[in-house]
Amino acid sequence: MPTIQVDIVSAEGEIYSGNANMVFAPARMGEVGIAPRHAPLLTALKPGEVRIEDTDGKEHFFYITGGMLEIQPHLVTILADTALRGEQLDEAAALQAQQDAEEALKGVSGETDLARAQLELAEARARYQAAQKLKGKR
Amino acid sequence: MANEKEIRTKIRSVKNMQKITKAMEMVAASKIRKAQDQMEASRPYAERIRRVIGHLGNANPDYKHPWLVEREVKRVGYIIISTDRGLCGGLNVNMFKTAIGELQKWKSQNVEVDLSLVGAKAVQFFRRLGGNVVGTATHLGDKPHVNDLIGAIKLMLDSYSEGRIDRLFLVHNEFVSTMSQKPEVKSLLPVSAIDLGEETLQDHWDYIYEPEATELLDDVLMRYIESQVYRGAVENFACEMAAKMVAMKSATDNAGDIIEELQLIYNKARQASITQEISEIVGGAAAVSG
Repeated sequence: MPTIQVDIVSAEGEIYSGNANMVFAPARMGEVGIAPRHAPLLTALKPGEVRIEDTDGKEHFFYITGGMLEIQPHLVTILADTALRGEQLDEAAALQAQQDAEEALKGVSGETDLARAQLELAEARARYQAAQKLKGKR
Repeated sequence: MANEKEIRTKIRSVKNMQKITKAMEMVAASKIRKAQDQMEASRPYAERIRRVIGHLGNANPDYKHPWLVEREVKRVGYIIISTDRGLCGGLNVNMFKTAIGELQKWKSQNVEVDLSLVGAKAVQFFRRLGGNVVGTATHLGDKPHVNDLIGAIKLMLDSYSEGRIDRLFLVHNEFVSTMSQKPEVKSLLPVSAIDLGEETLQDHWDYIYEPEATELLDDVLMRYIESQVYRGAVENFACEMAAKMVAMKSATDNAGDIIEELQLIYNKARQASITQEISEIVGGAAAVSG
């Protein structure tokens, strides 16, 4: 009986890899069941459960918070998100990052003092190199 | 000549410091391995997502996503990844030097720069020197998560989509080896065709897309950029640990040298005081017997 290779990966690492008879995933347009030799398909996933029926007939469950589903006849890849995503949530995260920046850099001018930056970096570097040299001499 | 007790206290305090630097060295050494594993773990995701983007690009050759189109540069964005903590030698300094070099280059072309900073050290640096910082993400800890970076990245992506910036770059340290790390500047937007390896995509088949390929492209591209920045953050952390290990090792060695020197001084001081005592006794005895 034909089987499909299933890989679930996220940006932070591999979550599952193995052979299966059947895979179910929560696609954005409705749940899909994937049997071997499925036509190539690419779709977005919404938060939900991924169910994998492996070759021993055992079932594996994974909760994913969304991502992408890529299907090739003998290969199913789920690119899982590492966190709950959504326009509003992302917006909130962006706002947070912006507020953090404003908080941390209150009263700082918008122009980087390049001349001073270079001077300071050159000095720091020289000090570092001098320390290295001194160490070599001992 | 300094007295014995003073020197002894000094030796003890240097020894305590040495213990701390030694411990930090060992902690850093064990964290390098973990960070490298984390770097490795992010690779399959990035590779797959790149392949998917290649397909999506091919699916609608007429449609060009704004993130794939090069345009005239009036303002650029930089995501700069530094460490959260110091004591890692010249790592941050070298990276800032590269970043400042880039800023200088744009300034000479009259192009303004927006910054998004990752890591407390970068925030400190630009707080002192100024800069148009639109977003920050700090305190990522030992195990950076994509989640912590989303905000800082989205600000830049939105800027790009809305036309406020025309290019986006990433600056971070590249892990060459435990002994060597070098600052790297990577172009994130627009995503170039070479990055995606489009020339390798000559398959006859194509996916069925649900929903439309153009819609999916948005999602995928965003995740692609995020995975790139995430990788940068993880790599930078591996660099931090490697640099810290080396810095702490040399600090431990230096402490050893200082202890050795102090020990010599201490011995001399002890000898001197004994000699003095003997000469006093001998002098005293001579006075009595004479």
